[in-house]
Amino acid sequence: MSSDQPFITDESQVVTETRDARMTGQGDRFNSRLREAFGSSPFILTKFDKFLNWCRGSSMFMLQFGIACCSIEMMHTYAVKHDLDRFGSGVPRASPRQADVMIVPGTIVSKFAPRMKRVYDQMPEPKFVVGMGSCTISGGPFQEGYNVIKGAEEVIPIDIHVPGCPPRPEALVYGVVKLQERVANGEAAPVTVKPYELEEFSDLERDELVDKLADQIDEDELVMRYNFADSP
Amino acid sequence: MSLERPDTTDDAALERTPDELEELLGDLVVKRDDHLNAPGFVIRPDTVQETLSTLKEQAGYDHLSVVSAQEYENRYESIYHLKKFDDPTQEVSVVVPADKDDPVSESAEPVFRTADWHEREAYDLIGVEYDDHPDLRRILLPETWQGHPLSMDYDKDRPQIATLPEHANPLQEHHKDSESDTMFLNIGPHHPATHGVLHLKTTLDGEQVVDVEPDIGYLHRCEEQMAQAGTYRHQIMPYPDRWDYISAGLLNEWAYARAAEDLAEIEVPEYAQVIRTMGAEMCRIAAHMLALATFALDVNGDFTATFMYAINDRERVQDLLEDLTGQRLMFNYFRLGGVVWDLPEPREEFFSKTRDFLDQLPESVEEYHNLVTSNEIFQMRTIDTGILPPEVAKNYGATGPVARGSGVDYDLRRDDPYGYYDELDWDVVTEDGCDNFSRLLVRMREVEESAKIIEQCVDLLEDWPEEERNIQANVPRTLRPDDDAEIYRAVEAAKGELGIYIRSDGTDKPARFKIRSPCFSNLQTLPEMANGEYIPDVIAALGSLDIVLGEVDR
Repeated sequence: MSSDQPFITDESQVVTETRDARMTGQGDRFNSRLREAFGSSPFILTKFDKFLNWCRGSSMFMLQFGIACCSIEMMHTYAVKHDLDRFGSGVPRASPRQADVMIVPGTIVSKFAPRMKRVYDQMPEPKFVVGMGSCTISGGPFQEGYNVIKGAEEVIPIDIHVPGCPPRPEALVYGVVKLQERVANGEAAPVTVKPYELEEFSDLERDELVDKLADQIDEDELVMRYNFADSP
Repeated sequence: MSLERPDTTDDAALERTPDELEELLGDLVVKRDDHLNAPGFVIRPDTVQETLSTLKEQAGYDHLSVVSAQEYENRYESIYHLKKFDDPTQEVSVVVPADKDDPVSESAEPVFRTADWHEREAYDLIGVEYDDHPDLRRILLPETWQGHPLSMDYDKDRPQIATLPEHANPLQEHHKDSESDTMFLNIGPHHPATHGVLHLKTTLDGEQVVDVEPDIGYLHRCEEQMAQAGTYRHQIMPYPDRWDYISAGLLNEWAYARAAEDLAEIEVPEYAQVIRTMGAEMCRIAAHMLALATFALDVNGDFTATFMYAINDRERVQDLLEDLTGQRLMFNYFRLGGVVWDLPEPREEFFSKTRDFLDQLPESVEEYHNLVTSNEIFQMRTIDTGILPPEVAKNYGATGPVARGSGVDYDLRRDDPYGYYDELDWDVVTEDGCDNFSRLLVRMREVEESAKIIEQCVDLLEDWPEEERNIQANVPRTLRPDDDAEIYRAVEAAKGELGIYIRSDGTDKPARFKIRSPCFSNLQTLPEMANGEYIPDVIAALGSLDIVLGEVDR
């Protein structure tokens, strides 16, 4: 290009280069700086599992799931200022079938626990759960309530507990990043101590309560039985 | 002055003395049982409709705030707290005792539609049965629940079973002919557009909604039981923050503070009242910002723009509130008799930070108008959809921006003044559109009014002499209000009239603590707004109601 021409008026040169690169499969459009950092070898050597776990930890899809007060702070975590997306885990999915991580943001009550269990069951494996706030740890300030499940862990397994009432967005970010670390290291969730299960009504052990409800509930309806006396 | 009501010459607006009311009701009154806030008339359980319709038609008590039920040693009792939309300081309580062994009383539903859900709740939690009620089922607890948890003989350790029902079409039987084409659609309880854990049982005919039935109770956290288990002085105050958790904490705390202070006759220092007023209005701005953000999300589906902008403004208010109270969301800042601590030092910094926020607010609001209200798609979705006529709104006990969006000029900050509101210059916002658009517009204009209030409070606080900065009255360490004193007091929260009914029994804990949640009544209007409309309009109507499930279910 001659120097007396101040700006490019003919774009054909650029267009041609791009087209040629695509046609021949050459060019370095896909080679990032990271690739250069590896040096001359185009191969890295690692265990497949480790690589996959690293991928999983680096790209987590959250379930868009709001329950109570904590969900307000969760929204703030997703939104401007705190922006969970910076850590590769900030895109909420509306459907559990597309999500890897469920943040349980609030108090679980008797009517909601079967629904939460159902949503959890609908998520594809491998799935992870972040328990947000005191209510998911123990029932929090509502632990004495007649209707409150004493912690989300009575229903589903939880990988990370974030304490607080509600936890600040920074705390939730910290919890999620910790979960990512654990996933990248391939650590699994602990087994829950006492899960309330969804089961068919006819599978329940016969007792006074079941007999009483027998004419109200169909045999094959899914139910969850709570033993509040045994709760911590 | 703007705070004065327009003159009404209507006969119903006449204020009657308790004795005149007793004369009006005549033989219906069995005896008097006055509450601290209102005269109370005890009536027979089979004359509820007659009494309430006399009071409604002839004396103008057109607002049934709440039905609070409770169990005594020897009887059950339902109390109907009545008010006037035109003058909420005129109150009357109708007390209906019911038999201990067979607690049945007549339903008020034919007179006030709002009684429907309130009586279902009383049945669910206390166990009073209402004759003539259209649909007396459990509302907050699973239908298979055993026992009534706020009754005296309830054993909370007993096992319970909750079901996960397959939903059948509720209208199936009526639509069996081949021409109709109804379909049942479950919305929620886990759904992004339901603002929490609300479950809508919707029946569609083609794309039109034939029937929508809100199913609530997925966040029923026993708030009333929690309050009844706590002592007045300190243990109850943290809970109000968690009723309406959309940052409206101070507004809720004020509801409890107002009821308990009036019950225990505590005077709040003026300086604390100004701080309370300022903090409460900051909360209102934060709450309305989230309402705007989620409504735009529901209607525009525009996650990145309006939502982020509004959350950004919310963050600013939350910063201010954090400076003031020490917490972002659950403030626990009010104390009976005042607030817990003074403004943060250095005060100048706090004031200038607040002023900075207020200075940029008009620009933000302008931006929202450009983004949202002047958006053609948004207008098509919201104008003339979700119609709620004023008479229907009153019948359902709707309050707050929902009622004001239907032209009902009702705002407790002006009509039943508390705090420092009557000393300040601000206006009550109403819109006459009765549609989704009006309700949003009311919220956006209320943000500006709140800013005006905050600005005046900041001016006042700045000039307050240092030696008169009294943040708390002298309150005894243990509060024991008189035995059997009863009070119902309400404040204007972000969503409407948030009221508390307390009955004391001479101990340091309330014997009955009943929460009148604005969202609970507002949500009842949803079928009125949604039936016959298209399915997207249901979502828009729900968004414009701005419910928060923590407060609906309590």
